[in-house]
Amino acid sequence: MSISRDDVTYIAHLARLGLSEEEISHFQGQLESILEYVDKLKTLDVSRVEPMTHVLDLKNVYRKDSVVPSLDPQSVLKIAPAAQGQFYKVPKVIE
Amino acid sequence: MNYEPVIGLEVHVQLKTATKAFCGCANVFGTRENTNICPVCLGLPGSLPVLNEKALKAAMKVALALGCQVRSFTKFDRKNYYYPDLPKNFQISQYDMPFSEHGSLDICLEGGIRHIRIKRVHLEEDAGKLIHPEEGAESLVDYNRAGTPLLEIVSEPDMHSPDEAYAYLTDLKLILQYLDISDCDMEKGSLRCDANVSLRPAGTTGLGVKSELKNMNSFRAVRLALEYEIKRQEAELSDGRSVVQETRLWNEKKQMTLPMRSKEEAHDYRYFPEPDLPPFVISASEIEEAKQGLPELPKEKRSRFIASFGFSDKDAATLSATRALADFFEACLKLYDKPKKIAHWLIGPVSFQMNSRGQDIGGLRLTPASLIELIDLVEAGKISQLAAKEVLQEMLESGKPAGKIVEEKNLSQVSDAGSLSSVIEEVIAANKKSVDDFRAGKENAVMFLVGQVMRLSKGKANPKTAREMLIERLKS
Ligand SMILES: [Zn+2]
Repeated sequence: MSISRDDVTYIAHLARLGLSEEEISHFQGQLESILEYVDKLKTLDVSRVEPMTHVLDLKNVYRKDSVVPSLDPQSVLKIAPAAQGQFYKVPKVIE
Repeated sequence: MNYEPVIGLEVHVQLKTATKAFCGCANVFGTRENTNICPVCLGLPGSLPVLNEKALKAAMKVALALGCQVRSFTKFDRKNYYYPDLPKNFQISQYDMPFSEHGSLDICLEGGIRHIRIKRVHLEEDAGKLIHPEEGAESLVDYNRAGTPLLEIVSEPDMHSPDEAYAYLTDLKLILQYLDISDCDMEKGSLRCDANVSLRPAGTTGLGVKSELKNMNSFRAVRLALEYEIKRQEAELSDGRSVVQETRLWNEKKQMTLPMRSKEEAHDYRYFPEPDLPPFVISASEIEEAKQGLPELPKEKRSRFIASFGFSDKDAATLSATRALADFFEACLKLYDKPKKIAHWLIGPVSFQMNSRGQDIGGLRLTPASLIELIDLVEAGKISQLAAKEVLQEMLESGKPAGKIVEEKNLSQVSDAGSLSSVIEEVIAANKKSVDDFRAGKENAVMFLVGQVMRLSKGKANPKTAREMLIERLKS
């Protein structure tokens, strides 16, 4: 599987990562070798194996519908990059 | 060329649980911003979501009421995108193993019943709320809603007119109200609807290029947006242009759809299984149990009202138009075994009061017992129908029982000849023309005279007695 520079740029953008030209080349190679490695799975016959949806042998973990105290907004907002009153503040987004 | 619209609807319903979908924060509307937040719904490192059992049960009810097949094995997935209303940068949703699929909803229209297929009903979490102050270069975020349980109900593109879409939404909302799993209040955003619409040459079966309509905050707006969009696409195609696949927002002020300023790229959500939530196995017995626990649904209730009480389709539909009204009717029935009389009152004077006050039955100062007391007074001949309407009005204003109002306002019906005769003489003396008309053979003239007796007696006369006495007096 080959990865183009455009693929790297696109994925980086989706993940909101700013990469230099150098880094793009660097990760292009890395991603290619990772995918090559994973491609080895294609040589296995998995026709009789159920797709795995979770790594742990757990199922049906529920919670009762009862309220537990939330965090104190003031203490949480302290770790926010920006706040105004009791709101989180972000760069303007308009549709 | 003639075009046929093809419409599919995507409805989001907020579930009425005490807590959020994956954490114990309160799920309430209207509390101060960012008071119901915790490490899980903020996506802080090291936090672990756990599914609210009640949310799953509510989803199950909806799935079964819509005739969906519930999957015996289901899981959650992450839908990844960056937007500030999403603190984790992904939404926990369901992708390839939705909770339930392949249901349907039959809608009633003038032309008959239309079968609308439901593609899927799945469970996901809601996003936070963004506020855009006029001034300043910032938006503000409130995460109280982030992580609250949301049900997505997706129809197949089986509707072919805005009216069908409207009927589908009305019927779906009614079912959801009967199930009592959501407030279904579009203004508060607890029910939201997006619509996909495309056109195809009439008589063909392929699908044209669709636009996705958003930002409609009433069923009426959905219908208007669809009407506008169908005309717009028709004009594009008729002029030889093509429809562009895009998201368009309904602009209530301008009464038109406008393209959404396109986000920088087509959505690429990179769904993958949510590693923090193990899968869910739902047994046949659990599904069966949930099925047994379903309340009577609107369609069944309508049929039963028609079959058991001999109501017309229209009356049965009016009485079951909200669960509250149907419950009120049935509570009355327990106290008073005259279904048609009760229906007459609820569909007539009580509905009139609800409409003129902009209230539903729960908002009126009326209980089944207090209504029955009033009906009983009328049926026993103690007050006239006319006076009863006045008593009802007064009951709703003051909250006093009917009997007391009748007493206080001296509204008791007058049926004895002695008390009525003076009023009758007065009416005959004052309405010579009608008297002559009647004597000349115009039987209808007596109705006018009865009306005058009612007016003069301030609604207290028994109209039946008044009529008999008038005829007797005039024929002598
Ligand atoms: Zn929380």
